Amino acid sequence: MNDRLPPDVSPIVNESGIAIQPLYTEDDLAASGGLSMLGLPGEFPFTRGIHPLMFRKQPWTMRQYTGFGNAADTNARFKYLIANGQTGLNVAFDLPTQCGLDSDDPLAEGEVGRVGMAIDTLRDFEIAFDGIDLDRITVSLTVNGSAAILIAMYLAMAERRGFDVKKLRGTAQNDILKEFVGRGTWIFPVDASVRLVGDTIEYCAEHAPKYSPVSVCGYHIRESGANPAQEMAYAFAIACAYADEVLRRGVPIDEFAGRLSFNFNIFGNLFEQVAKFRAGRGLWAQIVKERYGATRPGSMWMRMIAGGGGGGLTFEQPELNIVRGAYYALISALSGAQTMALCCYDEAYTIPSEYAQRISLRTMQLLIEEMGLCDTVDPLGGSFYVETLTNQMRAEMARIIADVDARGGIVGLIASGSIQSQVSAQAYRRQLDLEAGRFRKVGVNCYRGDAEDPKVEFHPYDEAGTVDQVARLADVRRTRDASAVARALDDVRRAAADRVNAMPAIVSAVKAYASVGEITSALVSVVGRYREPVRFEG
Amino acid sequence: MNTTARTRPIKVVLAKPGLDGHDQGAKVVVRALMAAGMEVIYTGLRQTPEAVARIALEEDVDVIALSSMAGSHLAFCRRLKPLLDEAGLDDKLWIIGGNLPRQDHDALRGLGFKGVFPTGSRLDEITGFIERNLP
Repeated sequence: MNDRLPPDVSPIVNESGIAIQPLYTEDDLAASGGLSMLGLPGEFPFTRGIHPLMFRKQPWTMRQYTGFGNAADTNARFKYLIANGQTGLNVAFDLPTQCGLDSDDPLAEGEVGRVGMAIDTLRDFEIAFDGIDLDRITVSLTVNGSAAILIAMYLAMAERRGFDVKKLRGTAQNDILKEFVGRGTWIFPVDASVRLVGDTIEYCAEHAPKYSPVSVCGYHIRESGANPAQEMAYAFAIACAYADEVLRRGVPIDEFAGRLSFNFNIFGNLFEQVAKFRAGRGLWAQIVKERYGATRPGSMWMRMIAGGGGGGLTFEQPELNIVRGAYYALISALSGAQTMALCCYDEAYTIPSEYAQRISLRTMQLLIEEMGLCDTVDPLGGSFYVETLTNQMRAEMARIIADVDARGGIVGLIASGSIQSQVSAQAYRRQLDLEAGRFRKVGVNCYRGDAEDPKVEFHPYDEAGTVDQVARLADVRRTRDASAVARALDDVRRAAADRVNAMPAIVSAVKAYASVGEITSALVSVVGRYREPVRFEG
Repeated sequence: MNTTARTRPIKVVLAKPGLDGHDQGAKVVVRALMAAGMEVIYTGLRQTPEAVARIALEEDVDVIALSSMAGSHLAFCRRLKPLLDEAGLDDKLWIIGGNLPRQDHDALRGLGFKGVFPTGSRLDEITGFIERNLP
């Protein structure tokens, strides 16, 4: 590697460990495997994009992560974003909701409505989506541990409002395995959690076939310390674990693989990220076709939200995050994302203000309207550098997946804490490198400037909002049919104990206005709770 | 740096309070403290104030450290302080790090958290602070 480098030029290795040459030619491309995986957009292996015309036909969906306080507060912000041209919703839930706790639970004290919207029962969902056309605006639910319950609530709410669930589009994050690696809103033990994800996929394949019940997230694994190749490789290994769980139940691959989607991060070196996404599309298509024998092209599509970028934004000089966000959005657009969201400039400090959200939204709109990003599919395709790097990134991802398989598979490696220990060791080394200046971060370890108060408006936390939320929950408990709730919760427990699909029982419980906490407790009483392994190997 | 010889390594409990699941920073700090020769008990996620006080007491630690990223730091510390006082742990070094807005730093210090390390703090600032501030 770097064999052409003169002695006075330093070698460069990207985050994924690939040496970067000062110039790429057809020789480098040929040595990396040539253009055998390139093909055309809309055709296997989809390296150039999953659709023939991509953004020329329809730009990416714009879906900022939003939610705070109660359902009414969040409904108002949803409507603000839609009025400003946003084309999807990405719902943030508070931590009690994400951890399966009701707002009146002692463990929820001080956390109700703080980092997202508080949801206890279907009543809250009815308020949250009031007046929003769910056929026109697709909704993504960012929830994992309690995802089965929140998916059930979403489907029940849509059905009651008269939408045809068979045609309903939308996404739930519902990727519990990554939650054990980063983000941490787990509830149930690993095996029971994977089974529950399988329940949602199997249920949606039959009852809501256009709905995407899982968005597998390399995103948070990257935020926890993984490099870009690991981010994507681990996500694919996790997606395979869910696919294996559903295949075991006898559902054919082509009946559900097309509704699996992905969530990836966009910070870091521009070319490395673009190559990552192009490489990932080809590799996922190969896996679904060759390992699982899928025949429908849609089953092989790596559909993704490529967004966020939180790990690249800085607390220091936060206004620079507006500029970083614009470059991250460019990466996402050059990479053929289906959906985009951008972390806001103030997000290292607080829940984003309307002002900050609008800047992020306008950043994406500016790329669409002014910069020509939608004119031509895969505009970097054919570059010696990008194609060579795409081949090298694909090979590195395949190597990591083979290594995971050789070590017993991703579920075991996560259950034992091995992946967690590995990525946290990398995060530690990265922090030491940052502090030692071995890589440069503007405003952090170079160009620091004078410390001044950042121009950030802090989102107020409404303590009184908790009282209202708890009162609404109490009102629901008082007015619902208590015996119907008790029967429904019994059914949830029985389904878990019998190891049959728990979704029908959860849907019935939700419709009877059982709460997130009550349904979670019913499941915990049968399958137990996760215990976190703590390991700190080098 | 403390010049008197210690009879044992500095012992730290590092806790993740409340429901916040963002543990990348906490785990990085654990590794930095271990690299500085300290013994670290990392609690994992979802600790209640009662659990933090109990672990600190049972483990006979010198330092009680919290990592909070999701905004509930003041609410949590207000509940933790009387429990630590009651357990006779008011002579230990209490520190906190994470997503801590500047306007909250005085309130945290007022509650007894002598070291406040917002996002962007260097690891050697944290280890150095502990070494300087232990008797």
